[in-house]
Amino acid sequence: MGKFKRQFLAGPYLVWIIGFILLPVLMILYYALTNSGGNFTLANVLAIGAPIHRKALFLSLKLAFLCTAICLVLSYPLAMVLNNLRNKYQNLIVFIFILPMWMNFMLRILAWKMLLSNNGVINTVLGFFGIPSLDILNTPTAVVFCMVYDFLPFMILPIYNSMARIGRDVIEAAKDLGAGNPAVFFKIILPLTLSGVVSGIIMVFVPALTSFAISDLLGGGKVLLIGNVIEQAFMQEYNWNLGSGLSIVLMIFVIASMALMSAHDKEGGGAGVW
Amino acid sequence: MKRKFLLAVGLFAALALSGCGGGSDSENTLTVLNYGKYLDPAAIQMFEEETGIKVEYEEYITPENMYTKYKAGSIDYDLICTSDYMIEKLIKEGEVLETDFKQLSNIENLDPSYFTFSQAFDPENKYAMPYFFGTVGILYNKNMVDAADMESWDCLWNEKYSGQIIMADSVRDSFMAALKYKGYSLNTTDESQLLEAQEILINQKPLVYSYLVDEAQDEMIAENAALALVYSGEAGYAIEQNENLAYSVPKEGSNMWIDSWFIPKTCKHKENAEKFMDFLCRTDVTSLNFEYVYYATPNKAFVDSLEPEVQNNTTVFPPTEILENCEILKSLEDSATAKYNELWKELKSTD
Amino acid sequence: MVRKTAERIYLGVIFLFLYLPILVLIVLSFNDSKSRVVWGGFTLKWYQRLFQSSVILEAFSTTIFITLASALLATVLGTLAALGIHAMKAKKQAVMLGATNIPLLNADIVTGLSMMLLFVRFTKLGMSTVLIAHITFNIPYVILNVLPRLRQCSQNAYEAALDLGATPFYAFYKILWPQIRPGVFSGALMAMTMSLDDFSVTYFTKGAGINTLSTMIYTEMRKGIIPEMYALSTILFFLALVLLLIMNFGSARKEKLAKEQI
Repeated sequence: MGKFKRQFLAGPYLVWIIGFILLPVLMILYYALTNSGGNFTLANVLAIGAPIHRKALFLSLKLAFLCTAICLVLSYPLAMVLNNLRNKYQNLIVFIFILPMWMNFMLRILAWKMLLSNNGVINTVLGFFGIPSLDILNTPTAVVFCMVYDFLPFMILPIYNSMARIGRDVIEAAKDLGAGNPAVFFKIILPLTLSGVVSGIIMVFVPALTSFAISDLLGGGKVLLIGNVIEQAFMQEYNWNLGSGLSIVLMIFVIASMALMSAHDKEGGGAGVW
Repeated sequence: MKRKFLLAVGLFAALALSGCGGGSDSENTLTVLNYGKYLDPAAIQMFEEETGIKVEYEEYITPENMYTKYKAGSIDYDLICTSDYMIEKLIKEGEVLETDFKQLSNIENLDPSYFTFSQAFDPENKYAMPYFFGTVGILYNKNMVDAADMESWDCLWNEKYSGQIIMADSVRDSFMAALKYKGYSLNTTDESQLLEAQEILINQKPLVYSYLVDEAQDEMIAENAALALVYSGEAGYAIEQNENLAYSVPKEGSNMWIDSWFIPKTCKHKENAEKFMDFLCRTDVTSLNFEYVYYATPNKAFVDSLEPEVQNNTTVFPPTEILENCEILKSLEDSATAKYNELWKELKSTD
Repeated sequence: MVRKTAERIYLGVIFLFLYLPILVLIVLSFNDSKSRVVWGGFTLKWYQRLFQSSVILEAFSTTIFITLASALLATVLGTLAALGIHAMKAKKQAVMLGATNIPLLNADIVTGLSMMLLFVRFTKLGMSTVLIAHITFNIPYVILNVLPRLRQCSQNAYEAALDLGATPFYAFYKILWPQIRPGVFSGALMAMTMSLDDFSVTYFTKGAGINTLSTMIYTEMRKGIIPEMYALSTILFFLALVLLLIMNFGSARKEKLAKEQI
């Protein structure tokens, strides 16, 4: 009796789900599958095959992979070092590495724009030491740089958390049983932190794949990612059908990459048992 | 008990939502859509204080961007400022309301010859009130380029300036430069001419530092690039900030544009919109905006009050011989617009 | 020893990577020259201008309003939803949680655009559309924080209280609430963080003249960089620092207290 009634507490949320979660998805599907006359078509979704869009998608995937890989390579050792600190400042130091996440996302982009410009701080310092200047603003390199900067804490945090959960006793037990450092790493630390790595990858890869603001502000109009193509279809060309169609494709890519990652996660979980 | 609680929460949420939404129709407001950096915020404040009308001010980057914002229909704009060809397009689509110019007591401040100019896109002068005008040309840094090169559009394709050229992140402006360089009309719809223009723009891409609109001025002041395709007013302002800069309109001819205010069909506060137009014609307000954007203003009463030195600034006030060599952009058929967009997108995605 | 040093160096390098840009922003915010590289002497004028700029101040207050209002409403709706979902049978639960996952899984740009399509069709864009959009992507964070807490609660105590004649509301307040409270708070906190940092969803759902800090900075940056932005960065950075320090040490103290009680 009590249980039956308590379900009603989710009533407002159910209304919300229908109105503001399902309906928008249906809207975007409707636009994606119709043309401007309102007739059914697959052209908007298939438009991803057009050279311009395919290129933008590949570039997005490439940059997102690069960004995720760099974040992972930087974060994993960092998480280990942080985890090994084990002194009374540990929390504070971890906190320091997460703090930039709390500064407005746009301001972090601003910082890089200013640092990288031709007459920016970095080139002035390089020039001072007689090193040739670094002309990477308005190139994909600058975009990856800024993405790494923006998303790094999202990789550090989950990896560190999963590492901190491993009991010291587990590692000591392994050592007592004769495992060397590499064995401890590969048989214990790595498998047990895999779930953290997976959530870190998801938290970095998805925003990197779908971002449009970073490439807009640091790409100088020369770096066209799939997010930019979609944004322009909506905001510049007034072609909402095409924009929706490409959004659906992007959605599929995001969901597929997550499914792929969580499948790996399960294997990792299984590997952790033995 | 539980049900009451549920009701109360539902009610609260509904109240909170309706409380902060909607409503604005009945209020004394004015929703304005304008180019970025095209009106001194102090002028808006002044207008609000004088009239008690709350201005909701929104900006856009390119005319195409404005068209989408307007067409989306999600915001009821009361007053819009945009360029000649875009106004022509909207007039053709029946999206523009007639302005009651009799209500504008300060309208005689404007030089009537600019209304004659506007007839190119508003034949009976029923809709548009000229705001600023100017040319498109090249803003360059005297220390970084050879001024003689700047006499021709050729400089945008000159290998010497590789990596130091800023192009316009706007379809019509970028194509304009290429079409003029090739000696074609900037309103051409001839496919082979457009393809030719696209080809040279693609060839140019490796030389381009970035494609920008409003930011170009800032980058030039900071000396991050050597030359940029800009509007004359931006150039005028930049030269004020950095004396190493100069402006040139290439000899092949260029685009002369005129930006105007008009009242769109979505207008809900026509009286307020006309009040604002009238306000903009005042010399003190024109002065504020002129100092802020530095474009040529049709406000004769104001121009006459300027120092001769400023009046003779050819960057800001283009001399007639240059204007005669310039064309006004015309609105194109939908199919031609689509062609331009397609070619532009291809160009932008080429490596 | 060598390893220790290497670790220290590594920490230092990443630290510099993260903080050098922020440090440069802070230094430039006091620079009496518009240039990004020349030091023109110390000044506070950018701060002065910052506090005189109605555009920036309005964006700031809008951000605070949207963040607090959306987090509050999302917390109320989300907590109720979690209570309801928890009482459901497995199948229904799966459906509800599936729908809850949609805004979490979707890219920001797609969430923003799909909501824009909805709003454009049925209403006008304004402050309320931004608020609805923010509540929508915030609710899942609340639910995902509260639901695990509910699952840890023992149902027996709650049902015993009901059997003993307590009203459901009283039983909830006395028994369930203390157990789920930390989840509710951390959910609300996450919702606030997400709202505060959001750009894409706001960008597509905002009405004329409405700007949060993110969209305002985006618009300003596309017009060129103004030094007031450096001042704003500095203030926001120290605000985040102070808030997080308070929260961090507040919770650290509580944990310590809790440990002492045991």
